[in-house]
Amino acid sequence: MSSISLHPPHWIISAAGSERVLCLGGDWIAQDTGVRSPADVAGIVEQVGSGVLRVDCDRVGRWDSALVAFLRLLHERARIAKEIQVDDAAVPPAARQLLALASTGTAAPRGEPRQSRKPVASLVGEAALGAHGEICRVTALVGETVLRGLAAVAGRTRTRWQDVLQLMREAGAGALLIAAICNGLVGAILAFVGAVQFRRFGAGIYVADLVGIAVVREMAAVMTAIVMAGRTGGAYAAHIATMQGNEEIDALKTFGIPPFDFLVLPRILALVTMMPLLYLYGCAIGLLGGYVVGVATLDLTSSAFLVELRNAVAGREFAIGLVKSIAFGGLVALAGCHLGLRAGRSAADVGRAATSAVVAGIIGIIALDAVFAACTNALGI
Amino acid sequence: MVDLDNSSFRLEATNLTLAFGSNLIQRDVSFAVRPRSIFAVMGGSGCGKSTLLKAMIGLLRPVSGTLVVDGEDYWSTSEERRTEIGRRFGVLFQSGALWSSMTVSENVALPLRLFTRLDDAAICELVELKLALVGLAGSGHKMPSELSGGMRKRAGLARALALDPEILFFDEPSAGLDPISSNRLDELILELSGGLGATVVIVTHELPSLFAICDDGVFLDAEAKSAIAHGSPRQLRDSCGDPTVRAFMERGRATAAREGGGRVH
Repeated sequence: MSSISLHPPHWIISAAGSERVLCLGGDWIAQDTGVRSPADVAGIVEQVGSGVLRVDCDRVGRWDSALVAFLRLLHERARIAKEIQVDDAAVPPAARQLLALASTGTAAPRGEPRQSRKPVASLVGEAALGAHGEICRVTALVGETVLRGLAAVAGRTRTRWQDVLQLMREAGAGALLIAAICNGLVGAILAFVGAVQFRRFGAGIYVADLVGIAVVREMAAVMTAIVMAGRTGGAYAAHIATMQGNEEIDALKTFGIPPFDFLVLPRILALVTMMPLLYLYGCAIGLLGGYVVGVATLDLTSSAFLVELRNAVAGREFAIGLVKSIAFGGLVALAGCHLGLRAGRSAADVGRAATSAVVAGIIGIIALDAVFAACTNALGI
Repeated sequence: MVDLDNSSFRLEATNLTLAFGSNLIQRDVSFAVRPRSIFAVMGGSGCGKSTLLKAMIGLLRPVSGTLVVDGEDYWSTSEERRTEIGRRFGVLFQSGALWSSMTVSENVALPLRLFTRLDDAAICELVELKLALVGLAGSGHKMPSELSGGMRKRAGLARALALDPEILFFDEPSAGLDPISSNRLDELILELSGGLGATVVIVTHELPSLFAICDDGVFLDAEAKSAIAHGSPRQLRDSCGDPTVRAFMERGRATAAREGGGRVH
C-alpha cells in the first residue's frame, strides 16, 4: 500500500450555459478507493436528465481502471437514456483511448443469464439419449475387447508385449503394499466384529469361518479391485486423456496404429492378469489379519483356528473370487481407458476423466459384485 | 482457377465441406496439390486450416466432397485401405505430439518396428539417420519432456520421416518458435522435401515461412467459410484482387491504414 494519502473520488454536477458539466475529482484507484457502482452512475444520469453532459477531469488526481469503468458505465447509461450526449473531450487522452477500445464490439447484455432454462422434458430426453449412446458405446467396446483380445493372444495385433509387461509391473508389483494394507485391515476388522458377537455364546472358533468365507469369497476381490480402481483406473484415464490433449492419439491414428491395440488392450491384458494374482495375495494377507486378531483376542490356539479355516474355505470359494477378480480387472481397465479416450483436450478434462474413471470403477465393481451374489445364490454355490 | 487434370496431382480436394456436428467450418473447398510442390493452406486464426488438415490425414470425415490421393478416393475406400494410403503420409503435429512415455529414439523407431520387417540393428541405424537429418544426433535417449519446443518439433519431424513418406503434412510448424528456430525449421523442410522428393502440405499463417518456402497454396477465409483464393503466396500478395487476402499477405497493413485514417485523434 502506498503511504501517500488518496482522496476518495467525488463529483459535482453544475450547469454551464445550455450544457451540464460533470466535474470529477479525487483519486480513482480501483484497489484503494474502490469502483463506483452502477447506482451512482444512474443517479448522475437521472440528475442530468437530458442535453449535453461535459465530463471535466481537471481535478482528478491519480486514476486507473476505476475511472475508465466509471466513464464506460456513464456512456452506456447515457446511450440507454438516449437524451444525454456525453462529451468527453476533457477526459485524459489515455483514458479516452482505453474507452474507445472498450467500446468496440458489441456489448454483452448485463445481468441476464446466458442460457435460458430447458424444459424438464427435454432434459430427461437428452439424459436418456445420452445414456442410450453410452450403453451402446460400452457394449461395442466390450465386444471389441473380446475380439481384439483373442487376436492379440494369437499375435495378430499391434500390441507390444513389452508395454504389457511394463504395465503389469506398474499395476501389479506397485500395488502390493497398498493392497496388503487394505486387505490386512479388512481381515482384522472382520475378526474383531466376529469376535465380539461369537464370544457371547461361546462360539469364538467360528471367527475363522467368518473371516475365511468373507475374505476369500467377497472382500479380497472387492477391496483389491477398489484399490486398483483408485490407483490404476484413474491413472489410465488421466494418461490417455493427456495423450489426447497432446495430439499423441492423433499421431497414432495417422501412423495407422489403432489406439485400441496400442493403448487399451495392453492395459486390459495387464489388469486382467494382475488382478487375480493380487486377489490371491489379498486373500493371504486378509486371512493373516483375521488370524492375528482371532488368536490374540480370543482364547484360540493357532492350530484350532487354522483347522477351522481349512474346513470353512473350499476351493469353490477361491474359484468364485478368482472369476470375480478377473471381471473386476477388465472392468477397471475398460472404464479407465474408455473415459480417457472419450475425454476432451483441456487440463480440466483430464481431471474429469480421472475422477469419473475412479467413480465408474468403484460403482461398477459393487454393482458387478451384486450381480455375482445374485447368480451364485441362484445357482446355489 | 485450378487446372483439374487428375493424373498430375498428388492430392485433390473437390468441394470439401467440413463441420464439427452442426458447426460448419468450411464449405466447398477445392484445391489440387502438384507432386513435389510445397503447398500452403493459408488463412487467419480460427478459419479451419487445421480442420482441413485433419480431413486430409484421416482424422475427420468431411461432411461432403471428395479427397483424391494419388487417384484414389480417400474417404470412400475402406478403413483398412485408408490406413494403407495414410502410411505414405508423414505428419508433424503442432506440438510435435511425441509419445511422451517413450524416448525420442523409441518414438522414431516405433513405426519402423510395427510396419517393417527390419531387424533391430537396421532400425537403430535408420533412427540415427533420421535424428541426424533433423539435427538431433545424440539426443535419442532423451524423453520428450526434456526437450525444448523447437527440439520437440524436430523430433516430431524425424518421426514423421520414419517411413520415408511421399507426402508430408505440417501443422503450424513455426508456431511457438523464435524467428531463428522457425527459419531453421523452414530451411530444413525445404532441404528435406527436396532431398526426399516428397510433396509437402503446410498449414500456416506465418508470412515469412509462406514466402520463403511455399510455391502453391489455397487461402481459407473464416467469414466466407470457404476458399477465397488459390495460388502461391507471392502471387497472392502481388496480384490477388481480394482485399482480405491482400490485407493478410501485407500483414494487415491495408486494414491498419484504413482504420487509422478513420480514427479521431
